[in-house]
Amino acid sequence: MPLLQVKNMTHFFSGLRAVHNYNLVIEPGEIHGLIGPNGAGKTTIFNLITGVYTPTEGEILLEGKSIVGLQPHEIASRGLGRTFQNMRLWRHMTVLEHVKMAHYSKLTYGLVGAFFGTAKRYREEGEIEEHSMELLELLGVAQFADQNVLNLPYGVQRKVEMARALAVKPKILFLDEPTVGMTPEELVGMMEVFRTIHKEFGPAIFLIEHRMKVVMELCEQIQTLNFGEVIAEGTPEQIQRNPKVIEAYLGKEEVE
Amino acid sequence: MKERNGKRFSTIRKWFSGIPALGWLLGAFVAVIIEYYFGESLADMLGLDRIPVLFGVVIMLKKPAAIPGAFAYVFMIYVLPVTIIARITSKAMNWLAVLLEKLPLWMSAILHLILLYYILDLWADMSDYRLLLLKLSLIAIMLTLSLNVINGYMGEFSCSHPGFMALGAYTASIFTVGLFMNDRILGHALISTIPSWMGQIVFPLGLILGGAIAAIGALVVAIPSFRTRGDYLAIISLAFMFIVKSGFENLEVFGGPRGLGGQPDWATLPAVFIWAVLCVWTINNFVESTMGKALNAVRDEEAAAEAMTVNTRKTKMIAFMFGAFWAGIAGGLFAHVLRYVNPGTFGLKKLAEVLAMVYFGGLNSVIGSIVGAVGFNLLSEMLRPLEIFKWIIIPVLLILVMIFRPTGLIAFKHFDIREILKPKLKMKERV
Repeated sequence: MPLLQVKNMTHFFSGLRAVHNYNLVIEPGEIHGLIGPNGAGKTTIFNLITGVYTPTEGEILLEGKSIVGLQPHEIASRGLGRTFQNMRLWRHMTVLEHVKMAHYSKLTYGLVGAFFGTAKRYREEGEIEEHSMELLELLGVAQFADQNVLNLPYGVQRKVEMARALAVKPKILFLDEPTVGMTPEELVGMMEVFRTIHKEFGPAIFLIEHRMKVVMELCEQIQTLNFGEVIAEGTPEQIQRNPKVIEAYLGKEEVE
Repeated sequence: MKERNGKRFSTIRKWFSGIPALGWLLGAFVAVIIEYYFGESLADMLGLDRIPVLFGVVIMLKKPAAIPGAFAYVFMIYVLPVTIIARITSKAMNWLAVLLEKLPLWMSAILHLILLYYILDLWADMSDYRLLLLKLSLIAIMLTLSLNVINGYMGEFSCSHPGFMALGAYTASIFTVGLFMNDRILGHALISTIPSWMGQIVFPLGLILGGAIAAIGALVVAIPSFRTRGDYLAIISLAFMFIVKSGFENLEVFGGPRGLGGQPDWATLPAVFIWAVLCVWTINNFVESTMGKALNAVRDEEAAAEAMTVNTRKTKMIAFMFGAFWAGIAGGLFAHVLRYVNPGTFGLKKLAEVLAMVYFGGLNSVIGSIVGAVGFNLLSEMLRPLEIFKWIIIPVLLILVMIFRPTGLIAFKHFDIREILKPKLKMKERV
């Protein structure tokens, strides 16, 4: 059984067809890439699968169970972690608080614990704090734990966001342009982070990316999207040679 | 010259920085005792008619001739004893604080609170005016803090707080007056004579009932707020406030616009104090937990909060209902402190007052709310002799705060009780 399966998904934004007949199969542990020019609908596909929008048509199965119509937080707690194109960190929270927050669905102390500070609450908060610190250490940003995220350099912020997504204990990780705006050195570091994550936790990864270096090196399967439709699908080598992909990115060659 | 001033200032600071909270409390305690026994004769000696009620400010504004006397009084009764006692006992108090630190935190906190209570009790015992002001300030703390949960921690602009307060005030009043008092509007008491000690047992029931009704009212505001943010919520909640107000105005069974009076005298200082402490305690517990910090996550980036498994709907609903619950309790206490309640109280003026206290004190901060509520209340009482000018000075102050500290005086601060109570000097081991 595939980990994630999308069948014939179509989505309209009041008349505008944003995604058309989209199909996807991701096996456990697989790294899958999604590329395409700006405005092709890549992020829309992410938002559809993660539950931000509900698709007009189609089926989405996570571990064989339909997740269409569920709230994003329900889908997330079933093991779908994600990062955002613009990170969306919480402005007034520290690094540690960020990672702790992503354990929300695992807290069981309830309102009584929150209001009256029961022993159970302190035990659970301690546990998630420990787990959060482990994640931060793995990504090499543990020394910033008590700092506000806004005061940190960009690369560190990206890693914090990654740690936050990992705290959900994802079976599949959705990464939306995780290396955007990075210097070449930061890029190399980030790819190292991806590899560590994949080795340590073994989640499947679904990756939107513009940098071909990242996509070609990491992904096993790649889909190319243009105007909401998949125009090419295959291994990195197949995609690189595909004339339709070249056309979508560079335009058509004039034929005399 | 400037350098020397800076040096002098820093020596003063060094002089007092080693004093733990316990030391300041002891100083205040001594000051209050001095005022209690010698205040009147000292006031007489200084040519003042009576004890200056609010640190002499009211007298100064009323009679400029009394300024030196009032200054001398404040200096001799408050400033000197507090600083001298706090400084002299600094070592002993640090030593005590070290001992207290070894106790569980709640025990040490309760000991400090008992001391604080006795200080306030003695201070308020000297005039009924002080007592009333103190009770209203404690209620204001509860109101401000509960609104801060919604407006500060969750970042939604809610205007329905007077409405929640009215629901709590009326529910608690109907409960106590209807059951235990003979009243012109609500008829004979159902349970006519109860011993006075019973009052303190049934009173919390009435208050909690009021809080619960207010929390149910909050659902009415919270449910549409799932779809809207910002301005829309402000308008919905404002509408809610007006609906509640005019609802009570038109309900003749509860006295209509003339209001409901004759509440039993159960909102004593200890009762109000304990409720205020409970309010601060539970709210601080909540906002310091990961469940409570979810409010901040919803405020800063709702989409990210959802993607990180935070149930944002539930979170918003809890915050609204929890805030409204405490507003309802505060309303119930308010009605029983004044022993009268009418719908007119819970209008725009009340809203402006609560909002001002929240934004003056500081968003997202428990200590800010306490400072905001007490500061605003004291200020508005102290400046009372200025009459109309009071309503120029206070808004100007608010504007200045907004210009120089846009999120309020003490915003985004943790309220760490352990940090406040801990000894301030490094004491040797084995003490």
